[in-house]
Amino acid sequence: MTEKIDKVIELDHVVIRFSGDSGDGMQLTGTLFSDTAALMGSGIGTFPDYPAEIRAPQGTVGGVSGFQVHFGHNIHTPGDYADVLVAMNPAALKANAKWTKCGGTIIIDRDAFTAKNLEKAGFKTDDPIKEDKLECFNLISAPISSMTQEVLKDSGMDNKTILRSKNMFALGICFYLFNKELTFTEKFFESKFKKVPAVVAANKMVLQAGFNYGYNVQELTPYKVAAADIDNGTYRSINGNTATAWGLAAAAEKANLPLFCGSYPITPATDILQELSKLKNLGVKTFQAEDEIGGITSAIGAAFAGNFAVTTTSGPGLALKSEAIGLAVITELPLVIVNVQRGGPSTGLPTKTEQSDLLQALYGRNGESPAVVIAASTPSNCFHYAFVSGKIALEHMTPVILLTDGFLANGSQPWKIPSMKDYPEIKVPIAKQGTEKYMPYLRNPENLVREWAIPGTPGLEHRIGGLEKMDKTGTVSYVPENHQVMTDLREEKVARVANSIPDLEVIGREDSELLVIGWGGTYGHLLTAVQDMQKEGKSISFVHFNYIKPLPANTREILRKFKKIVIAEINNGQFASYMRSVLPEFTYLQYNKVMGLPFTVSELTDNFKKILEEK
Amino acid sequence: MATEVKLTFKDFKSDQEVRWCAGCGDHAILNTVQKAMAEMNIPKEKFAVIAGIGCSSRFPYYMNTYGFHTIHGRAAAIASGVKTANPDLSVWVINGDGDGLAIGGNHFIHLNRRNIDVNLLLFNNEIYGLTKGQYSPTTKEGTKTKTSPHGTIENPFNPGELVLGAQGKYFARTFDINMKLTQDILLDAEKHQGTSVIEILQNCVIFSDGVHGYYTDKEMKLDRQIVLHHGEKMIFGTNNDKGLVLDGLKLKVVKIGENGITENDILVHDAHEENPFLHWMLISMKGPEFPIALGVIRAVKASVYEQKLEAQISEAKAKSSIKNIDDLLNSGSTWTV
Repeated sequence: MTEKIDKVIELDHVVIRFSGDSGDGMQLTGTLFSDTAALMGSGIGTFPDYPAEIRAPQGTVGGVSGFQVHFGHNIHTPGDYADVLVAMNPAALKANAKWTKCGGTIIIDRDAFTAKNLEKAGFKTDDPIKEDKLECFNLISAPISSMTQEVLKDSGMDNKTILRSKNMFALGICFYLFNKELTFTEKFFESKFKKVPAVVAANKMVLQAGFNYGYNVQELTPYKVAAADIDNGTYRSINGNTATAWGLAAAAEKANLPLFCGSYPITPATDILQELSKLKNLGVKTFQAEDEIGGITSAIGAAFAGNFAVTTTSGPGLALKSEAIGLAVITELPLVIVNVQRGGPSTGLPTKTEQSDLLQALYGRNGESPAVVIAASTPSNCFHYAFVSGKIALEHMTPVILLTDGFLANGSQPWKIPSMKDYPEIKVPIAKQGTEKYMPYLRNPENLVREWAIPGTPGLEHRIGGLEKMDKTGTVSYVPENHQVMTDLREEKVARVANSIPDLEVIGREDSELLVIGWGGTYGHLLTAVQDMQKEGKSISFVHFNYIKPLPANTREILRKFKKIVIAEINNGQFASYMRSVLPEFTYLQYNKVMGLPFTVSELTDNFKKILEEK
Repeated sequence: MATEVKLTFKDFKSDQEVRWCAGCGDHAILNTVQKAMAEMNIPKEKFAVIAGIGCSSRFPYYMNTYGFHTIHGRAAAIASGVKTANPDLSVWVINGDGDGLAIGGNHFIHLNRRNIDVNLLLFNNEIYGLTKGQYSPTTKEGTKTKTSPHGTIENPFNPGELVLGAQGKYFARTFDINMKLTQDILLDAEKHQGTSVIEILQNCVIFSDGVHGYYTDKEMKLDRQIVLHHGEKMIFGTNNDKGLVLDGLKLKVVKIGENGITENDILVHDAHEENPFLHWMLISMKGPEFPIALGVIRAVKASVYEQKLEAQISEAKAKSSIKNIDDLLNSGSTWTV
């Protein structure tokens, strides 16, 4: 065997996409790769892309499951196009070649490219490279399945079990390619399969064999990817749903209240309920209700009873919960409603991302029914905004709708673990037993917040409910003037939340020609696009909204400094319509996409450049 | 031993004017509930009364306890949250037949299935009263109402059968006007751990007046009602000479002293029997062949949802090394830069 020529490709950042059949373990492979890269000092952005069906027909394009990892220096997105594509079968190649950069490397499992599989994937000839014009790629045709079989031929395992490890062979190749250590993954095997040492040994052998294969193949040139500028500290990898669950639990701890989550499983929000159900060790109560309405109403019951109550859902579930949110609005009970947005309308695209529930969150209720609306903008800051949602709900006695999306929920990032001592206290306005009769709608004159009298407290017995109530006393009232007073109070109470949220910050100069506005999960793509253009000397700045209702107090002041404003969002212009109604004095251009996919940085920069060129 | 709580029914009256129609059966139920609660030896602040939407659902406003008048159909789900969040409370749900069994039917069956310790009073007048007279899920087939001018073509629910079908452990039945029986049942239901469903056959004077009149007829009621008591013979009748026996797999009304029947042949009521089949037959009895069964028909001990949840939490807390959020955030795979 000849020694490989000692060369490396140096890059600032790299995108790698693992793809295969939905049963091929691509999500695990991708996660292990990104965890290792993070551990070794890279910045990370990941994006899983999988079908809604648990097992779509094997070998078909519809059944392809993908996991994209972007790592290196200054990473804010999972990357637009892959530098390296791993395709475990023809369908994966068919589905993902278009997401690979021309000149990039494609590693295929040669053994899976049988006539039958090519046909299932929709190829018409036996030469997929020629047929789909993939000549511009550096194709590595690796016998992944047969080499896995060869490695484990003496393991005593049956063929089906052996082939389950082939994803680890592919992972081994990638570890060679990017000069990553195997130890983290080996430790993962040891803990995951600790009861079956044979499986631990088999996976380790296959992983190492993949690594060795990479070393021995001439066409594979290893990469050297820049490290991230990382602050000192302890880190972990976290996805948006886990961060949301933990942020809610953190708010409960700071408020010194038990956490109750009433919820119903729905993609892509289910993981939040699952994560919270693991936290019984922290006293968290999860109630898996009979339906979405039972989820929120049990939570409202828990709020009435004195818990920090939350419910979690996705678009169709938010629609089902709307009447109950109105009940929380009129009874002024604290409640966090997490909506992990997905493609709609109706069942829509359950596993895909979208930002199209904004208007539903703002207005989707009967009556004048104001609630606070907040949006997280990165997988890891779901922790912060879940915490803040809890703090606002409890301190202002109001429902808060926290919007995340499928992209944030399933995407993961390295996260510098915060210390709870750096988080603020949550001061809950709990009514104390006093000499005066408790009145449910007596308010703090400053923020208009009522006091929360918790059942079980002697002397504070009272009744609340969905009928309009008399100002202060809380008795049922049909007095016309009182309805006006209460309607105005509810709106003004939410408006005054603006006094306790941070100001909007401009990224870039305050006199740029173009201001890009985003909200929620598009932050990483917009930031990268704007920063790339700023580096090119373009006159462009960026503001990103996490607080949507109410808007940060300085919003008008910021917007008035810019000549052109464009709002980019993954819907048909919902935030733009909202801004036109609350700040109608500005002209808002729009950039929208509704494909169930995140933005790409390149489409954003192309569009923003066009806007800058237009006079 | 907890100290005795001294309360009277007046302590449970709120300052709100009661706005049900004159002659509505709800007035009697309200008084009975207030009297019963005063005897439960529970501090007033521990009661939470939860209602949905409907005439009966105004109930919380008239109770000087913690109360929550919620949205249509959802009282059982809201009460599930109240009790799970705060198991120390004595939680009472007020449901009508429309609120509880139509729009709220799903929550009703799941409350029973989970066996959360909530007491649910189902006011059954076989009509939608608040919306002025449409048929409900318990309206008898053929009844003419505003939305069934030609008579309903739907089969009604028997609420007790629904409880059994949902694996419910407690079902009792009474009439609004039978305040003594209602009070006895309420006291028993409060002691029962797990979901207790109490069907109160209630008269709506406006839209279904006399709907239960066949059974409550002053002259005939002793022949048309049987009040079941656990451990006692199933005997009824104006002369206390009728009883229930099993004839094959069916119930049959017999007369003691006729055809060689003696008191020894009469069935003894066992409310604690887990097997629901005899309870089912008792719940399903209707006239003229049978008397209607009243009293505590089923009261079976079983594990209770919120107690099991509290036990899981205690165990998890004791076993886990994660004691707070900082521990949680630093658990599992981390690395230091």
